[in-house]
Amino acid sequence: MNIKSQKDFFSGLMFMGVGVAFAWGATTYNVGEGARMGPGYFPLMLGILMAVLGAAITFKALVVETVGGDKIGKWAWKPLSFIILANLVFGVLLAGLPSIGIPAMGMIVAIYALTFISSMAEEGWKVKNTFILATVLAVGSYLAFVVLLKLQFPVWPFFIG
Amino acid sequence: MELLSHLSIGFGVAFTPINLLYCLIGCILGTLIGVLPGIGPVATIAMLLPATYALPPVSALIMLAGIYYGAQYGGSTTAILVNLPGESSSVVTCIDGYQMARKGRAGPALAAAGLGSFFAGCVGTLILAAFAPPLTELAFKFGPAEYFALMILGLIGAVVLASGSLLKAIAMIVLGLLLGLVGTDVNSGVARFSFDIPELTDGIGFVTIAMGVFGYGEIISNLAQPEHEREVFTAKVSGLFPTKEDFKNMTPAVLRGTFLGSALGILPGGGALLAAFAAYALEKKVSSKPGEVPFGQGNIRGVAAPESANNAGAQTSFIPLLTLGIPPNAVMALMVGAMTIHNIQPGPQVMTSNPELFWGLIASMWIGNAMLVILNLPLIGMWIKLLTVPYRYLFPAIVLFCAIGVYSTNNNTFDIWMVGIFGVIGYLFVKLGCEPAPLLLGFILGPMMEENLRRALLLSRGDWSVFVTRPLSAGLLGAALLLLVIVLLPSIKNKREEAFVEE
Repeated sequence: MNIKSQKDFFSGLMFMGVGVAFAWGATTYNVGEGARMGPGYFPLMLGILMAVLGAAITFKALVVETVGGDKIGKWAWKPLSFIILANLVFGVLLAGLPSIGIPAMGMIVAIYALTFISSMAEEGWKVKNTFILATVLAVGSYLAFVVLLKLQFPVWPFFIG
Repeated sequence: MELLSHLSIGFGVAFTPINLLYCLIGCILGTLIGVLPGIGPVATIAMLLPATYALPPVSALIMLAGIYYGAQYGGSTTAILVNLPGESSSVVTCIDGYQMARKGRAGPALAAAGLGSFFAGCVGTLILAAFAPPLTELAFKFGPAEYFALMILGLIGAVVLASGSLLKAIAMIVLGLLLGLVGTDVNSGVARFSFDIPELTDGIGFVTIAMGVFGYGEIISNLAQPEHEREVFTAKVSGLFPTKEDFKNMTPAVLRGTFLGSALGILPGGGALLAAFAAYALEKKVSSKPGEVPFGQGNIRGVAAPESANNAGAQTSFIPLLTLGIPPNAVMALMVGAMTIHNIQPGPQVMTSNPELFWGLIASMWIGNAMLVILNLPLIGMWIKLLTVPYRYLFPAIVLFCAIGVYSTNNNTFDIWMVGIFGVIGYLFVKLGCEPAPLLLGFILGPMMEENLRRALLLSRGDWSVFVTRPLSAGLLGAALLLLVIVLLPSIKNKREEAFVEE
């Protein structure tokens, strides 16, 4: 049997998988009955419902013809990894990771790192332009979040602050 | 006329130069902070609340009203310009507002949002002044079964939010409901689906999901396209103000949104929340004129209706607050906090024991609203300039604001990891053609639905027929069913036509 719609086929599988996972997880809590619902009752219901919906979507994807097969297409690994990496590095630099002994480097360092890493997600980025952008963002964020709003951020690296 | 005398007391108290000045300052501060992505009205009010401690009660509440409207409008501005919803009601504004901005029509979108809100605010104020006591009676008729039925109706309505597959939209709602259940169960204290991570016992934050799925997901899929094919914003910005045609289209939408918002706002506990979603769903079902832009591609009605509904709902949600003492949403809860700081106990007695304050507050909400329009219409030109910044510089800034925004909600890096995870999930949704707006509505309603279902069945001793034997609940469920049939009909028709073509 051919897959008629790739997008629907895989999203159906995803919904089925997640639904089953939630339903299975819900059974580890007390399910109870209608009049006395346990914490597992509602998630179990929803999990089963979602698995059924997922199955229906997958089935439809195998039966109903779509134009051009509804291809998922190539994954954009480069932007995906750079954006997510920029986000993670920002978190690590901002507040550190005490559990494995990485000290906090503070907001300013984190902003420069985030700007450079996320800019790399796009072809043809230039060091000079990115540096200017990072500086503008760092100064702006410092004024807005630290000076004006007085948010409790670690601003400077641990050895200065 | 009782109504006029009430309002005249209110305006007499609120309409002094010094109060207007406070309102203006509040409005400016609110807008400036609300525009930052990830910082919604709740966070803004919480941050600025201490600034009002020193003022006399009426001035403090007026300033808060200004902050509230400013922040809310600021949030809509970010939703329209960069597709980042800061709070639940702007999720809907994103759908068509952002598409309008991409087509160079950010100006009309912003103006429609501002004018629609202002009109709705005026009507809401009048309704509040005229009908506060009788409307409370209606709210009393709503038991858990009715709330559950109302939410089902709201969720079915949300299916209309998605323009693609119906089944996928329903599945996304269910996924949202399930994500909303993550965290500690209020009844048993059991931490569900938290994998023993302490941060997850509080549940997943709305901002985290919204920023990850809408912000990061969108950026990644934009960057995936080669630069010359990428159509983020068309270069030419056509007109700052809505055209005559726009006004013609948006006026009925604003009226419908206002009506729906006012009606839903009266219900304590989340009615106003559904208002924006319900209004959008309604607009999508009202037939479009020939030549009108389809929904999801930048229809001005898709911006005007939810924004008005949201604002009207915000006004009438004062009714449960003042008559039952129940704050209907987080913003109102903060307002209650502010009132208690000034030694005012909210509840039915405020209206009689402290009429100047009660009507002053209502008048000040209106003044806040008016101030907003005066302040923001000239600013639209400035916001539009933001769109002329090349995407190369815009997207790192959006990534940064998302990260800072989620971090600032709890001062915990855990939220930054979560937003990264939801970013990946968001991109997965884009790839699989699953639209995220229904997911967010499900996420917000998940815990409330469970709670009302539980209560309804507890009261009926596990008898499910309670949902159809109670007339109001049966009526709401019937409406939900009808809506589902209406949504299904066109696709059945299309398939028939396809079948004929094949023959």
